[in-house]
Amino acid sequence: MGNFLTHSPILSIITFLPLVGALVILAIGGKPDVVARQSRIIALWTTLLTFVLSLTIWIYFQPGTAAFQFEERFDWLPQYKIGYHMGVDGISMLFVILSTFLMPICILASWEAIEKMVREYMVAFLILETMMVGMFCAMDMVLFYVFFEGVLIPMFLIIGVWGGGRRVYSAFKFFLYTLTGSVLLLVALLAMYFQVGTTDIPALMQAQFSREMQYWLWLGMFASFAVKVPMWPVHTWLPDAHVDAPTAGSVILAGVLLKMGGYGFLRFSLPMLPEASAYFTPLVYTLSVIAVIYTSLVALVQEDMKKLIAYSSVAHMGFVTIGVFSANQQAVEGAIFQMLSHGVVSGALFLCVGVVYDRLHTREIGRYGGLVNNMPKYAFAFMVFMMASVGLPGTAGFVGEFLVLGGTFQVSTWTALLAATGVILGAAYMLYLYRRVVYGELTKDDVKAMLDLEPREIAIFVPILIVVMWMGVYPMSFLGIMNQSVAELVSGYHAALKNSADIAPLGSQFLAWLR
Amino acid sequence: MLLVGSVFLPLIGAFIAGFFGRIIGDRASQIVTCLGIGLAALCAIPTFYDVALHGHAQTVNIMTFLSSGTFEANWALRFDTLSAVMVLTVTSVSTLIHIYAVGYMSHDDSQPRFMAYLSLFSFAMLMLVTADNLVQLFFGWEGVGLVSYLLIGFWFKKPSANAAAIKAFVVNRVGDFGFLLGIFAVYFLFDAVQFDVIFAAAPGKADASVTFFGINAHALTFTCLLLFVGAMGKSAQIGLHTWLPDAMEGPTPVSALIHAATMVTAGVFLVARMSPLFEFAPNALAFVTFIGATTCFFAATCGLVQNDIKRIIAYSTCSQLGYMFFACGVSAYQAGVFHLMTHAWFKALLFLGAGSVIHAMSEEQDIRKMGGIWKLIPVTFTVMVIGNLALTGIPPFAGYFSKDTILEAALAAHTSTGNYAYLLGMIVVFLTSFYSWRLTFLTFFGAPRADHHTMEHIHESPKIMTIPLGILAVGAVFAGMLGVHFFVGEGREHFWGEAIKVLPIQDSLHKMEEHEEHMTLVGHLVALLPLLLSLSGLALAYLFYIRRPEIPGKLAANFPALYQFLLKKWYFDELYDFLFTKNAFRIGRFLWKRGDAGVIDRFGPDGLSALTANAARRLGGLQSGYLYHYAFAMIAGIALIVTWFVVGKPG
Repeated sequence: MGNFLTHSPILSIITFLPLVGALVILAIGGKPDVVARQSRIIALWTTLLTFVLSLTIWIYFQPGTAAFQFEERFDWLPQYKIGYHMGVDGISMLFVILSTFLMPICILASWEAIEKMVREYMVAFLILETMMVGMFCAMDMVLFYVFFEGVLIPMFLIIGVWGGGRRVYSAFKFFLYTLTGSVLLLVALLAMYFQVGTTDIPALMQAQFSREMQYWLWLGMFASFAVKVPMWPVHTWLPDAHVDAPTAGSVILAGVLLKMGGYGFLRFSLPMLPEASAYFTPLVYTLSVIAVIYTSLVALVQEDMKKLIAYSSVAHMGFVTIGVFSANQQAVEGAIFQMLSHGVVSGALFLCVGVVYDRLHTREIGRYGGLVNNMPKYAFAFMVFMMASVGLPGTAGFVGEFLVLGGTFQVSTWTALLAATGVILGAAYMLYLYRRVVYGELTKDDVKAMLDLEPREIAIFVPILIVVMWMGVYPMSFLGIMNQSVAELVSGYHAALKNSADIAPLGSQFLAWLR
Repeated sequence: MLLVGSVFLPLIGAFIAGFFGRIIGDRASQIVTCLGIGLAALCAIPTFYDVALHGHAQTVNIMTFLSSGTFEANWALRFDTLSAVMVLTVTSVSTLIHIYAVGYMSHDDSQPRFMAYLSLFSFAMLMLVTADNLVQLFFGWEGVGLVSYLLIGFWFKKPSANAAAIKAFVVNRVGDFGFLLGIFAVYFLFDAVQFDVIFAAAPGKADASVTFFGINAHALTFTCLLLFVGAMGKSAQIGLHTWLPDAMEGPTPVSALIHAATMVTAGVFLVARMSPLFEFAPNALAFVTFIGATTCFFAATCGLVQNDIKRIIAYSTCSQLGYMFFACGVSAYQAGVFHLMTHAWFKALLFLGAGSVIHAMSEEQDIRKMGGIWKLIPVTFTVMVIGNLALTGIPPFAGYFSKDTILEAALAAHTSTGNYAYLLGMIVVFLTSFYSWRLTFLTFFGAPRADHHTMEHIHESPKIMTIPLGILAVGAVFAGMLGVHFFVGEGREHFWGEAIKVLPIQDSLHKMEEHEEHMTLVGHLVALLPLLLSLSGLALAYLFYIRRPEIPGKLAANFPALYQFLLKKWYFDELYDFLFTKNAFRIGRFLWKRGDAGVIDRFGPDGLSALTANAARRLGGLQSGYLYHYAFAMIAGIALIVTWFVVGKPG
């Protein structure tokens, strides 16, 4: 089987299977309610099958090497040296699993919440999955860009069509922000292509760019990735997008789409532009630390549950960017782990909001209170995810935060100190949220009538609960996978810097004082 | 097996009661949790015998927890004398409290949940004390914080309980913030977080200096101070103490187990555990002494005027933790841990006794509304008096041995902070005695001040509560007597083995012994001083609350500022509320409304789209539909292009 796998285009199968499912859904006909029911079932089975298939790459993944695995390569536009090249390493593999894991959960979460245009909704989600998985597997810059941008369209539609509130405003804000960044990314990618003459990512990693050019390329990429993460101050699209997106849209947005920025930094900025990365590290630190403190404080005063969690996402992703640019083993592994755990945990938190939204159709915190009395199972699940978000040891949230801060402390004690205040603030806003929604006396009549989790919802939460605890108690299942790839990334990065030891980082005198 | 059992059995109990409590029912949940912790205690006894008395320290490796580059931490159970003492204390006190809770909580709606929390807490505490590295220790550390949060907020319908729960968690997080940075500093210095490796390398780093946060300082001092910030949070030392009195919102067994006997002692445990580091950081030790002594005094003064029976005992806990810390600060870690152990017995006793009083008084907690009940609840009264005798250091009760050693060690240390601690410690002996007996006299003696209805219902607690009280009382009598030889006496070197490290030059217990050998008459009198102070506290309380009960009121009326200052707990809560809580919300609102909406969105996306719309409207205006407009524009355009080619490209 292993041998068979290494010779079959397993990554392409995983990538395009959802697309096949989408085509099947488009082909069905009949009465609208039949179409809706069948679309749901087909989408669920497609995503489940994709998930199971994706587990095989985890099982047969060789953790002992940093090389790309399950590679597929054939010429696409040979005259331009643009190829169809897929592969995964220890950095990208787990993101594939994250995407395929969240997908069936999203379909299940939309089972009853989505009532209009179910067929189109499911198609949009399946296309989205193809784009996400393809993006993490792409080993060619053009291919990457196609998937990277392709994600935007279904997401734009999901917010704009199936969203609520000011959904059109939010959808456009989301689209404009991310597209503006992407245009600059495209310029950077083209510049690299003209310089090196290939779009193959492994080849580009070997290429060397002059320092001046690195700075410009880095800024072009930064514009795109920083919006995706999102980093302060280009984060304001996220709360609006989350608030108006349907629950499953928020899950994917927080769970996977935000990781595309962090992944971009790891795949492009750090290995291809090491000198520029070192030069701009103080900038990233500054923006990230501001993000952690600023958005945590803003989260504290939110009255809308989804907005609160959206702001907390910005704070948590601040740890990721700090970790990536601290560029040592612990910090980078921590950043990847933090992305994975945030993907699962914040996805779960949005699902928690979805559960009560489906019942009361409001996200306003003040309308709830005392849910623990009539929804104990819900209260338990919410508690676990809240604690994971707070970074309690034994849950997924701890490991990433701890490794990022620990790794960063070795490089910049000030950054670690300031970012660690997020540990305090995070506890404050999450516990305050939980108290207002779940604890207290049950007084409001409409809240009293709310029922506890139904079997479908339990089926959604149980797998996430297991994963959250597993990641917290035995994180080695995940760290072991990324170990070699990160080691190579880090050592390559530092080797490149050693050759050009004279880089004075942006505001380096200030930084020297900070150290 | 015994080692693993003594830690993991409570987890199994918690799991069953927590997830299946509704199915198996209250009684079965109580049995399974009591059984879990009880068996753990039974496992702990032979372990203690083997590890502490026979010197067979050992570590059980379970599996890798974290491994990233050179950063490695395992799930492991480290058993040396220090952890064996802690495990034995935690499991045995916890077992008694579990049993007591069965009776105390018998009218509650969610007993399985309560029992599950108690067991989960015990598990987290056991993981903390048996950790073989700082990360696992932090796991247990945060675990007890979580369960403390859950238990303080156990009655989640009460707003005050919810507020107290959040406060406890967040204030503890402030401490954890320091602790985390401390762990990173340790890793920075030693490239490891396992205790064995750190301790072996510590002497080599004795003179190292580092620059953290722009400050160049002695490396180990810096590291130890960061770790100590964590200890201050968990052990409610001055500055980070504000959560502990509020934590009394939880059910009384919780106060006994978590907020007196075990969790709050985790900070003391941490300092003792890290003694091989602290020993090389004399300035950090001086700071520990100073904070400990100051807290000791501060909390005792607050305890003088409180009226809630549990809050008085809570301040007493805070104050006694101060003793333990300054013991560690003068390098008498053994005495600190000794007091930790004796305190666990008599403070659990006092709290559970107070619970029994509250139970009898129909949930009344204000001692001004009690009085005259000692004949009605004789067992509770007796054990409370025993607890008091132990707390106030009357020989031969437990507290006498440990507290006396601490005071003598502080004096023998012959350092300025040591003397400061000795002085405050002596005053606090008096204060402790006064507030303890004040509590006893107001609660049990005098004319009944409760209403008729309450008085009619006063009854002694059921056996399931009084039997644990009796056993704790036995501990409060004998724990000191039995332990003194091993913990701080001649047997201490053999007993502790490698678990605690003290540099000979700083060994204040040794100095104390030398002192005693050449003791003059004055010396003997000085040694008697704590006892005399304790008795005079008793005498003053007797005068104030039995003979002349009008005096306290007059004093409060004559010194209103001082009285209010103490009653309001030195205004810490008001200060923090003003400085931090209010400002955090104010800044948050400002950044949201002014920052995000007012600046970023206004000049960012919204501004741009407004600009685009505006420009489009103007450009749209150009499309007037008149042909000659377009023709003119085309000609103008051609003219411009031609000019540019002709003029702009002269070459």
